[in-house]
Amino acid sequence: MKDLLQNSVFLGVLLSIGAYAIGMLLKRKTGWSILNPLLVSIVLIIAFLLVTGLPYQTYSEGADIISYMLTPATICLAVPLYQQVELLKKNYKAVLAGILSGVISSMITILILALLFGFDHASYVTFLPKSITTAIGMGVSQELGGYVSVTVVVIVLTGVIGNVIADRVLEFLHIEEPIAKGVAIGSASHAIGTARAMEMGQVEGAMSGLSIVVSGIMTVLGATVFSWFL
Amino acid sequence: MKYIIQLLIIIIFAFIGEVLHHFIPVPVPASIYGIILLFGVLEMKWIKVKDIREVSMFLIAVMPVMFIPSAVGLIDSWEAIKGSIFQYLAITIISTVVVMSVAGLVTQYVIRRGKEAAE
Repeated sequence: MKDLLQNSVFLGVLLSIGAYAIGMLLKRKTGWSILNPLLVSIVLIIAFLLVTGLPYQTYSEGADIISYMLTPATICLAVPLYQQVELLKKNYKAVLAGILSGVISSMITILILALLFGFDHASYVTFLPKSITTAIGMGVSQELGGYVSVTVVVIVLTGVIGNVIADRVLEFLHIEEPIAKGVAIGSASHAIGTARAMEMGQVEGAMSGLSIVVSGIMTVLGATVFSWFL
Repeated sequence: MKYIIQLLIIIIFAFIGEVLHHFIPVPVPASIYGIILLFGVLEMKWIKVKDIREVSMFLIAVMPVMFIPSAVGLIDSWEAIKGSIFQYLAITIISTVVVMSVAGLVTQYVIRRGKEAAE
């Protein structure tokens, strides 16, 4: 039995998809945003591996088949970006200014806190892409020499936090323009936050989705520059 | 047939992205080159959304599952980070609030300034 599990190619795939399905069910049943399916599935699989003693390598050899499709899937984000381009053209100054200031403030905050906490270079660059979509953030972290798996978890956590706090933060700061709401949510908390923006309205959702791609591209450049500072 | 062609188009962009990533010496992931190029050809109308719609919708829909294996790799890096878990949480929460506030306020400021100028 142990041999079978250790040599199975599809066990890793099965665990990944199965755990995510359980996460979606839990989210649907409870409606709690903290039960984000991605977060739930990561916790479930880690627990499964720890309980069964199955090595991570065995899991990942199978599961990596899924990861390979990440690049083509990310490229497909060009489609929603293209579909929203009219909205961007009309408001490009405000949108670009908002996203750019978000990206820069993210990196400055991370730099200050990393200095405060005495982080080394690897830990610092692990956080630089934390507000952007996982697909791009993983690539940035890897290129700059960060802990990629930590980056992924931090990115997911950032998304969940953004999703949960969005309403309160926006209300507190009197951010009422739908476009500004979408940019705020998308720049801070990528696709997971965008799910909340979509619930707020079409403009919020579209702008949030757009901010994912634009802030992702800006962060690729910005993180490279900021990686020299620590 | 339709799905094969759609998949082919998307994989071609993934491959071009990979090639560019290999030859251009900056830390830009292959996926970014791919997004920019695919967006470019959509804007130029060389490829229409309908030429890749179903497969791209499928890939975007299942994308969250693709992040799981890397995140589970946390098991392997746990030793390196467990000592500073509270700093990690603090940095994550604080920076998320800061980015959301700054991006929202700046966008709203520019929009409203534009409206005032128009009036």
